[in-house]
Amino acid sequence: MIHAAEGGAGILFPIWQEMLVGAIAFGLLCFVLIKFVFPRMEKTFEARVDAIEGGIERAERAQEEANQTLEEYRRKLATAQEEAAAIRDEARADAVAAKEEILVSAREEANRIIAAGHAQVEASRQQLVRELRSEVGNLAVDLAGKIIGQRLAGDADTTATVDQFLAQIADDTAETSGAR
Amino acid sequence: MTDSAIVLAEGDSHFPPGIHSFDFADWFSGLSDTALAHMFTTLTFAVWATVAILIAFFLWAYRKPQIVPTKKQWLAETAYGFIRNTVAIDLMGKKDGVRFAPYLATLFLFILFMNFWAIVPGIQISPNAHIAFPATLAVLSWAIYMWIGIKQHGLVKFFKMTCVPPGAPGFIYPLLIPIEFLQNIILRPVTLALRLFANMFAGHLILLVFILGGFEMLNSGNLLIQGLSVFSFAMGIAMTFFELIVILLQAYVFTLLTGMYIQGSLADEH
Repeated sequence: MIHAAEGGAGILFPIWQEMLVGAIAFGLLCFVLIKFVFPRMEKTFEARVDAIEGGIERAERAQEEANQTLEEYRRKLATAQEEAAAIRDEARADAVAAKEEILVSAREEANRIIAAGHAQVEASRQQLVRELRSEVGNLAVDLAGKIIGQRLAGDADTTATVDQFLAQIADDTAETSGAR
Repeated sequence: MTDSAIVLAEGDSHFPPGIHSFDFADWFSGLSDTALAHMFTTLTFAVWATVAILIAFFLWAYRKPQIVPTKKQWLAETAYGFIRNTVAIDLMGKKDGVRFAPYLATLFLFILFMNFWAIVPGIQISPNAHIAFPATLAVLSWAIYMWIGIKQHGLVKFFKMTCVPPGAPGFIYPLLIPIEFLQNIILRPVTLALRLFANMFAGHLILLVFILGGFEMLNSGNLLIQGLSVFSFAMGIAMTFFELIVILLQAYVFTLLTGMYIQGSLADEH
């Protein structure tokens, strides 16, 4: 037909009816696929990427949370250990302090008892010395009166002499007890 | 030659095959002398069938898309994703790639299925073996990359970008500019159309040579030649597989080149 009429080069000249058909058909295909199919595919691709990335993100978040919790537990554990150590130290210190206190008070008590004993002994001694002095004075006067046969009792001189003598004895006694 | 509607059925009367093998009669002979001639032929049937199959498949496969795709959804996504990722995004980057992927994918699928008729038994002719269909697509590609370029850069700057390659010595420009103009503005769509057309045309011719040749040998009446016709048919089958490669390759090349031209129009001044 057209081809034959125009010779061999005829195949290079498009038939306009076929171009029209081709354009309409391709236009229809483009319209349907570009309008209704491929945008939905892009949306699906996006949703898929979101799903995958969202999954990764969720996993990362969970991981981070787990790490945080672990860190917190470690910190708590460390704090608890420190506290325990502190309590132990404190208890030990308390015990030492209590021991010291007991020792001190016991020592004080002992000292006090010793001091009280000393004081009592001293007082007894003083009393004894006083009693002895007057006793010894009387005895000496009585004895001297009997020996001399004269009544010296009441005489002031005699009393002074005796006192002087006794004081001398007391001094001697004090010296000897001080030296002792 | 007007009666050559079904080439294979009347094969023996048409050997050797030639240009006349590409004339397809109107299905309704009353239309032949009207403007509706060539509107209802085996070729236009194949075109409409291509469009119908693609629309039906994609609408069916993508009726209820899911995050985890079903088998048919996966197939549809792969068909689109192949061009989207290996052509559109590779050439233009993520943003522009996603913008032009739908057109390029549609173009690829259309050409691929149109070409495929070349080896479908009973049809065995691709509409693309008539220059009208590749020419239509090439003109569309041309219109798109010109439009994009002018919109992106403005008319003057786009033509300067396209026709004046930088870095050449001044005296060569009077020669260079017309060549570049011819090559980038005029010849690009022509080569685009011719490449696809010629491949499908030649493919059909080769199949005809071996298959019609086989029938011719069977009808020769000489027993030896009749026996040798087996080799002719075997070559016909081998060429059909070869044709399958050409079908895929030419659909891909047409799409890739269109993508490259669009990318060139989008690109900044180099």
